[in-house]
Amino acid sequence: MRKFEYLRVNTLKEACSLLSEYKEEAKVLAGGQSLLTLLKMNMLSPSYLIDIKFIPELDYMDFDEKEGLKMGALTTHRTVEKSPLLKEKFPVLPETELVVASVQTRNWGTIGGTLVHADPIGDIAPPLIVLDSKIKLASGGGERTIPIAEFFVDFFMTVIEENEILSEIQIPTPPAHTGVAYQKFSTIEAGIKIAGAASLISLEDGACKDAKIALSAVASIPMRVLKAEEILRGKPVDDKLIEQAAQMASTEADPVTDMHATDEYRRELAKVLVRRATKMALERAKAT
Amino acid sequence: MELAKKLIKVTVNGEPRELWIKQNITLLDLLRDHLGLTGAKMSCISNSCGACTVILDDMAVKSCSVLAMQVDGKEVLTVEGLAKDSKLHPLQQAFIEHVAFQCGFCTPGKLMSAKALLDENPQPTEEELRRDMEGNLCRCTGYQKYIEAIMDVAQHPDKYGAKEG
Repeated sequence: MRKFEYLRVNTLKEACSLLSEYKEEAKVLAGGQSLLTLLKMNMLSPSYLIDIKFIPELDYMDFDEKEGLKMGALTTHRTVEKSPLLKEKFPVLPETELVVASVQTRNWGTIGGTLVHADPIGDIAPPLIVLDSKIKLASGGGERTIPIAEFFVDFFMTVIEENEILSEIQIPTPPAHTGVAYQKFSTIEAGIKIAGAASLISLEDGACKDAKIALSAVASIPMRVLKAEEILRGKPVDDKLIEQAAQMASTEADPVTDMHATDEYRRELAKVLVRRATKMALERAKAT
Repeated sequence: MELAKKLIKVTVNGEPRELWIKQNITLLDLLRDHLGLTGAKMSCISNSCGACTVILDDMAVKSCSVLAMQVDGKEVLTVEGLAKDSKLHPLQQAFIEHVAFQCGFCTPGKLMSAKALLDENPQPTEEELRRDMEGNLCRCTGYQKYIEAIMDVAQHPDKYGAKEG
């Protein structure tokens, strides 16, 4: 790691003020589970590291049946995994966390940090996207709230401005008779993921009122596959229709070849995982 | 320009320490280079292998991926702190009796992950155990014996002496 000055802050206001002052010379540190690796590889060399990990006001979960869930950006992956509240209200999130990296990483890494890091292989973005989540970005000048699906721009790039800090994740309560599921594939669970898919199905009178599908690791961002969703929406969903949607998702995906898998293999896996996740989401929707 | 060192206070294996450290070192560097505690191993240094696992405020973490400045005010337990009064921790004793290591390089990390796991979930199923130990790689591919050792401790808490520390 190159030299930097470490600045620990205790309030969001203080963090925003330092960030406005140092701008591109500073990086924000939360758990650092991704950032430290980049620093060690000298891929980043900030002059200042602003440590927000211990800001109490960014570590919370508030749930209201009408408003949904509001979660502070510093909530750790492990907290999500273990939360009885989430297991009851948004079970797909603790389920997904079980396959995020390793226990050690989940213990120290934060949800906000993962999202801002914007690695398209990240597991937690696709379920948050299908759940219609929003994120709040705070800065010295105020705050703005945007749909999480509009947050990601490219590999490791988001719309966050250099003076902004992701402060909150907001997840609305899904409509009645909704099921959500996430499926991923990697050669070993704690290893690099090759593809992932989250599906949400809402039923009304036996037909699919709404469908949302988001993929990870098969494009430069965690992406929604809108044409695949459209195939399901408004129709009674059966295996044949799910197969068509999975096929469509596979063509919408835009994967790359790297040391872990070829683009062709990722595309095939996208199909398989969309099929599995959607079937599971459908079963869950029926069971509610 | 040399940046000033900063003072941190951290309790390591029960002993409070005050240390002046460079701001750009990891917890692993702190343990190995400042305190001479070489049980946590430096291996992948990229948050992958788990050989550097220690317990930070009751949580297993990969010490190569925690900035040392972040442990100011916290408690760290390393493999050197497991044995009490020259009596091995039950997990250590079980690892020996089950011959749960080959070259031994990953063993300190595995012991610390196992301790954190059992402290939180004293009766894990084998499935839970295997899943929660996934962050600790064994390059010798010895993935069976330590599972048996940890399950043995979980199922027979008194067999290897009362659990402490």
